[in-house]
Amino acid sequence: MENKEIKKEEPNKYVKELTQEKYKYGFTTEVHTEIIEKGLSEEVVRLISAKKGEPEWLLEFRLKAYRHWLTMEMPTWAHLRIPEIDYQAISYYADPTAKKKDAPKSLDEVDPELLKTFDKLGIPLEEQMALSGMAVDAVMDSVSVKTTFKETLMEKGIIFCSISEAVREHPDLVQKYLGSVVPYRDNYFAALNSAVFSDGSFVYIPKGVRCPMELSTYFRINAANTGQFERTLIVADDDSYVSYLEGCTAPMRDENQLHAAIVEIVVNDRAEVKYSTVQNWYPGDAEGKGGVYNFVTKRGHCKGVDSKLSWTQVETGSAITWKYPSCILSGDNSIAEFYSVAVTNNHQQADTGTKMIHLGRNTRSTIVSKGISAGLSENSYRGLVRVAEKADNARNYSQCDSLLLGDKCGAHTFPYMDIRNETAIVEHEATTSKISEDQIFYCNQRGISTEDAIGLIVNGYAKEVINKLPMEFAVEAQKLLSISLEGSVG
Amino acid sequence: MNPEQQYIELFEQCEAMICKHSAEVLNAPRARAFADFKQLSFPTRKIEAYKYTDAAKLFAPDYGLNLNRLDIPVNPYDVFKCDVPNLSTALYFMVNDRFYGKALPKNNFPAGLLIGSLKELSTQYPDLLAKYYGKLGDTSKDAIVALNTMLAQDGLLLYVPKGMAVEKPIQLVNILRADVNFMVNRRVLIIIEDGAQARLLMCDHTMDKVDFLATQVIEVFVGAGATFDLYELEESTTSTTRFSNLYVHQEADSNVLVNGITLHNGTTRNTTHVTLAGQGAHIDLCGMAIADKHQHVDNNTFIDHAVNDCTSNELFKYVLDDSATGAFAGKVLVREGAQHTSSQQTNRNLCVTRQARMYTQPQLEIYADDVKCSHGATVGQLDESALFYMRQRGIGEKEARLLLMFAFVGEVIDTIRLDALRDRLHLLVDKRFRGEMGKCQGCTMCSGK
Repeated sequence: MENKEIKKEEPNKYVKELTQEKYKYGFTTEVHTEIIEKGLSEEVVRLISAKKGEPEWLLEFRLKAYRHWLTMEMPTWAHLRIPEIDYQAISYYADPTAKKKDAPKSLDEVDPELLKTFDKLGIPLEEQMALSGMAVDAVMDSVSVKTTFKETLMEKGIIFCSISEAVREHPDLVQKYLGSVVPYRDNYFAALNSAVFSDGSFVYIPKGVRCPMELSTYFRINAANTGQFERTLIVADDDSYVSYLEGCTAPMRDENQLHAAIVEIVVNDRAEVKYSTVQNWYPGDAEGKGGVYNFVTKRGHCKGVDSKLSWTQVETGSAITWKYPSCILSGDNSIAEFYSVAVTNNHQQADTGTKMIHLGRNTRSTIVSKGISAGLSENSYRGLVRVAEKADNARNYSQCDSLLLGDKCGAHTFPYMDIRNETAIVEHEATTSKISEDQIFYCNQRGISTEDAIGLIVNGYAKEVINKLPMEFAVEAQKLLSISLEGSVG
Repeated sequence: MNPEQQYIELFEQCEAMICKHSAEVLNAPRARAFADFKQLSFPTRKIEAYKYTDAAKLFAPDYGLNLNRLDIPVNPYDVFKCDVPNLSTALYFMVNDRFYGKALPKNNFPAGLLIGSLKELSTQYPDLLAKYYGKLGDTSKDAIVALNTMLAQDGLLLYVPKGMAVEKPIQLVNILRADVNFMVNRRVLIIIEDGAQARLLMCDHTMDKVDFLATQVIEVFVGAGATFDLYELEESTTSTTRFSNLYVHQEADSNVLVNGITLHNGTTRNTTHVTLAGQGAHIDLCGMAIADKHQHVDNNTFIDHAVNDCTSNELFKYVLDDSATGAFAGKVLVREGAQHTSSQQTNRNLCVTRQARMYTQPQLEIYADDVKCSHGATVGQLDESALFYMRQRGIGEKEARLLLMFAFVGEVIDTIRLDALRDRLHLLVDKRFRGEMGKCQGCTMCSGK
């Protein structure tokens, strides 16, 4: 299995060298990986479930989702050109820990490479982790490699483990909340994920507990021809608080990889969840070859009164991004925020935004979206603000700005506002512009190269969002922005 | 039976009759439109552009049509005097979908200007009209345009030759008049040649209480350096459904103002498609709607910045009371190479009651980098502190609310470039808010004679 993989890499060596500078995380980690046969069928769904030793109800959930998925068609409404995806040419399960059961040893093998990446991304593991006081659940391909700091968290009653472990050890919680925010019928990719999801993280913060450290998951697609279908479930019980970070990378491959994840968040009375993502999947090379298809359903449910959910995302990777982190504000006085920076370069395409569904009274939402397009890329903001009949005094403010770096790229905004309550105040503003010549000239005069100047200006432009990220992420997110735009000026 | 079927059967049976009572230029694209219509179906709410107006449902009922062009015994010049004080216009009428050609006023327009029945004039000037008719209203994209092209037999033509400035504003009053549920399909063709100037005011009125379904396709060609103002004012009844498709094609340095005002209506869907095809072209696209009861106003606009150095300004305001529904979709496309584009779009809406619905979708699609584009949309209520300020000064709450609503839509009225018409509209809007709709002076319809 291992040899087969290396052979596949050989023909692309030249491309790899050529693009190495642009995408720093394009290594494959040579871990023995068990991959099941390509293709998707009811047997595959049963096989995944069996491999993970799942209970009957979960298999039922998967099968229902799979059968429903068969009746659906891939959505075409996004402003994206998605090449046809052959769902039978993908392997739906890859387990990098299969050969050696003793996890720590396997982690040692991974370590140098992982650490390098973590360095770049600012997600420290083990030693670094101890310094920054973070707990990390690393998901490689489909299986959680290791969850650190578990014991420390356990003392507080916090559950932070892989979702398969949670299914085994906390089946009641998982059964209660799984699919409660994103039902398996929700959309095409959610149905697919519900059928074949392999692993992900599970977080439960008990009543009144403020999570003492930032929880973090690191996702990585490693093996070739595999899709990653992780599923994250976060439940914040009354009066609790948690900040959760998610980072993603993938090796360079010239065939496209599919990533269809689901994130579900339940926020109870007076609880607060902060979810930050730095997404840096392989975006494909300068010719638009390869890259990850990132089709993600993320949704949080502000169920309780005075609950708060905040999404922050920095999207620099993926060949195609289709992602709308959403909030359902059903608790009275609940608050939702969405801060996003999406950068597209070369042939990347992104259609991203948010949905704010106001159901409860006195609910508030803020949307700040900054799109940056360069090269031949397409960058769209698509958002919905819905105020239901009973959502008295709902308040929304949306701002989406686009910055164009080049005359071959596209920047689009598609906001939707459906207002059904006369007490609502909803505002939307959008601007599109390019970096002013004056600003660049000013920097040039002071000895700053045009490329650096652009990095500087773009970072200033995105600052409003980056400031919302936890410190460790913010520094690296700034660097990522510069890396992503490398070579876009000229 | 699907709603398309009755129209397909109608056309198959009556094609000869339709053609006989029309002109060659109008007949030419019918077969093509029919073929397109059979391919397409009426847009349902599943179609993105018609998400908020279910056209298929609105076209399903059985309406009468006057394909045989029977005379309607009414002289609009006698019964209808909704003129604008202090504004002397060249007044024309269209009764249902037929241009009223009797007793035309003498307007002493300069020679060369053509205004009148599309059918008559296209018989006289077939070469001129064949060049323009049906060239903007693409029948392969929209079933409603296809249907209109299939069935339209007459309408208005306005042709202003090169360099001619028409001082006197032209007014066209569309009257809907029938004793049974009735469908009309009218067509307007406007050609403003290079350097010419003209202003057109179109008013929609409904005289009877039966159900009306009106489709209209307006094609406007504006030549280089020409200026054209189009004001549309709808004052119909709650049982009137209107589908209007306006196409504007602008050459270099042309300046166009379109202002669509919906004062009173049933269900209205206005589709506006503007192409800025020459450098330096400018469009002001404005609209306003005041709706209550179960009225429905849907404005769908598309501005295509096809070349560089064009500017567009869009301003739409809605005031929704009772169970009214408002929808606005404004798309601005800046094509590759359309540098130095400047585009502003604003949509502001007031929802007065819980039952009122507003759906707004401002959209930007941009493929050029040296551009300044922005859009803003808000939905909200009147400013409480402004209300409080006025009440402190002894203005009753109701009056204060009216004043604020009036000021809110005033911005759209102020874009009108005809002083007398602007004053008149301020008055009409004021009356509309006070619930004194349709009570203008003199005219037979309003005074209930």
